[in-house]
Amino acid sequence: MIEIRFHGRGGQGAVTSAELLAVSAIEHGKYAQAFPSFGPERRGAPVVAFCRISDKPIKLRANIYTPDVVVVLDPSVLTIAHVEQGLKEDGILICNTKYDGQRIRKILKIKQKIATVNATRIAMDILKLPITNTTMLGALIKSTGLMEKDALEGPLKKRFGKIAEKNIATYKEAYDKTVILES
Amino acid sequence: MPKREGMEVSIAASEAIRLANVDAIAAYPITPQTHIVEHLSEFVANGELDAEFIPVESEHSAMSVCMGTSAAGARTFTCTSSQGLALMSEIVFIAPPMQLPIVMILANRSLSGPLSIWNDHTDVMMVRDCGWIQAFGENGQEIFDLTLAAFRIAEDRRVLLPFMVNMDGFILSHVIEPIEMMDQETVDKFLPVYKPKYRMDPDNPVTMGAFAMPDLYTETKKAQDEKLKASLPVIEEVWKEFGDLTGRYYHPIETYKAEGAKTLFVTMGSFGETASTAVDMLREKGEDVGLCQIRLWRPFPYEAFWKAVEGVDTLIIVDRATSYGGPGGPVASEIRSALYTLDPKPRVVDFIAGLAGRDVAPVNYEDMYTRAKARIASGDIAGYEIYGVKE
Repeated sequence: MIEIRFHGRGGQGAVTSAELLAVSAIEHGKYAQAFPSFGPERRGAPVVAFCRISDKPIKLRANIYTPDVVVVLDPSVLTIAHVEQGLKEDGILICNTKYDGQRIRKILKIKQKIATVNATRIAMDILKLPITNTTMLGALIKSTGLMEKDALEGPLKKRFGKIAEKNIATYKEAYDKTVILES
Repeated sequence: MPKREGMEVSIAASEAIRLANVDAIAAYPITPQTHIVEHLSEFVANGELDAEFIPVESEHSAMSVCMGTSAAGARTFTCTSSQGLALMSEIVFIAPPMQLPIVMILANRSLSGPLSIWNDHTDVMMVRDCGWIQAFGENGQEIFDLTLAAFRIAEDRRVLLPFMVNMDGFILSHVIEPIEMMDQETVDKFLPVYKPKYRMDPDNPVTMGAFAMPDLYTETKKAQDEKLKASLPVIEEVWKEFGDLTGRYYHPIETYKAEGAKTLFVTMGSFGETASTAVDMLREKGEDVGLCQIRLWRPFPYEAFWKAVEGVDTLIIVDRATSYGGPGGPVASEIRSALYTLDPKPRVVDFIAGLAGRDVAPVNYEDMYTRAKARIASGDIAGYEIYGVKE
């Protein structure tokens, strides 16, 4: 079982990221679960969302404390949301940042694998909006190999309707631009 | 086999209501039940569900309207949570003696105060004695399945009682997970059009909700009690039929690795899945432990429960509500009482955990297991422990 924690700010799509990932995994025959950090939704405040993916039915209704993967959707929460907390030693931190992996490693003082992509730039170029959910899913799939690259296309189309094409474009762009720094 | 689809449990619950082809819905939105009401109103507005959606100004009115539509012979649904249930509770007690087969999903949530929107079982325990059939789902699939089966059971002429499906708020209601849907044809075969036995009809007047003098009230209550108890075999029969249809079988009491186990956790609702993972972890460490999950809370399935705990030394009850100043959490009190006539009987250690959304992870079950052993060793297992209190 793989456990993933998403960090972002309310309204940026951390919850949507977790949902899309779970729905895609289920679509491809896996078992998955996605849930927000339950409570009132606050636009702009740091938020987290969770996703579990497994080959077997998931018998767990508890929070994720030691994620295999951490995804940071917003660079501004990097140093205020304890994003590295509980990350497994062989885990990976995937970050939306204009910096490279070495810089992130220094800032967070972590040894784990780090993947970086300038998701805000990609989202602004293609979507004209600083919403990085689909962008960061591209980075996530690239750096973890959790699913095939095209596994998310169906759910993205269903979810975004008219704006699906642009979201798929950001997803693919981020997939191609993500750089991985080994542990 | 139908494909599993990833969807929010509240959406799956709404799908069950759509497939059940209800005639009337009256509900007032309240967290964490809101997504169900929103989705159902969309179905009705889009024409995907041919039902009357009756917006109301409060939950008290919601249940009042439901009683009216159900009395008129309409298949009726509502859902609520917490304070909403508290407000509607006056009317909740009136539906069973009037034999109205309303189905309600209760998205379980704590009660104020302090104000909290998160999950526990305080709301359902407030109306424990309301006379509704009360069942708990452990995951999204169960909520979907139990809701569909609820109509069939409630409307059975041997039953004619309202049915409450308990769904843990947030922990179930807001989670995206795989759900196996049913097609309309299969549902229609399982759940035919509701043909009421009695209904409000100006051409054939009947009395419903009558006044009872002291010389008849006791007899009415005895009849109501007998009626609720008599629903048990019908519930089992319908769940069996549902299982034959879908491959998903439900029982009033479910067990996991309980065969020959000396210690059993006893849980209700979404606690069950995490507890089963904890059982696996404890078994790997050589502990002789299993799980007993109460699916049907009313009518309480005594026979099945006694059978499940035969030969067991210790029951670790994990309650999700408090009975302030009482003998234990509501589940533990019930179980101590249910065990009283057994000889020998297992000892009961009661924990109250997971109040208002406090997380209960597998390690917490392991911890409760250790604490239960310590309490047994100390000879003091009376009362209860509110688990995980920060000191």
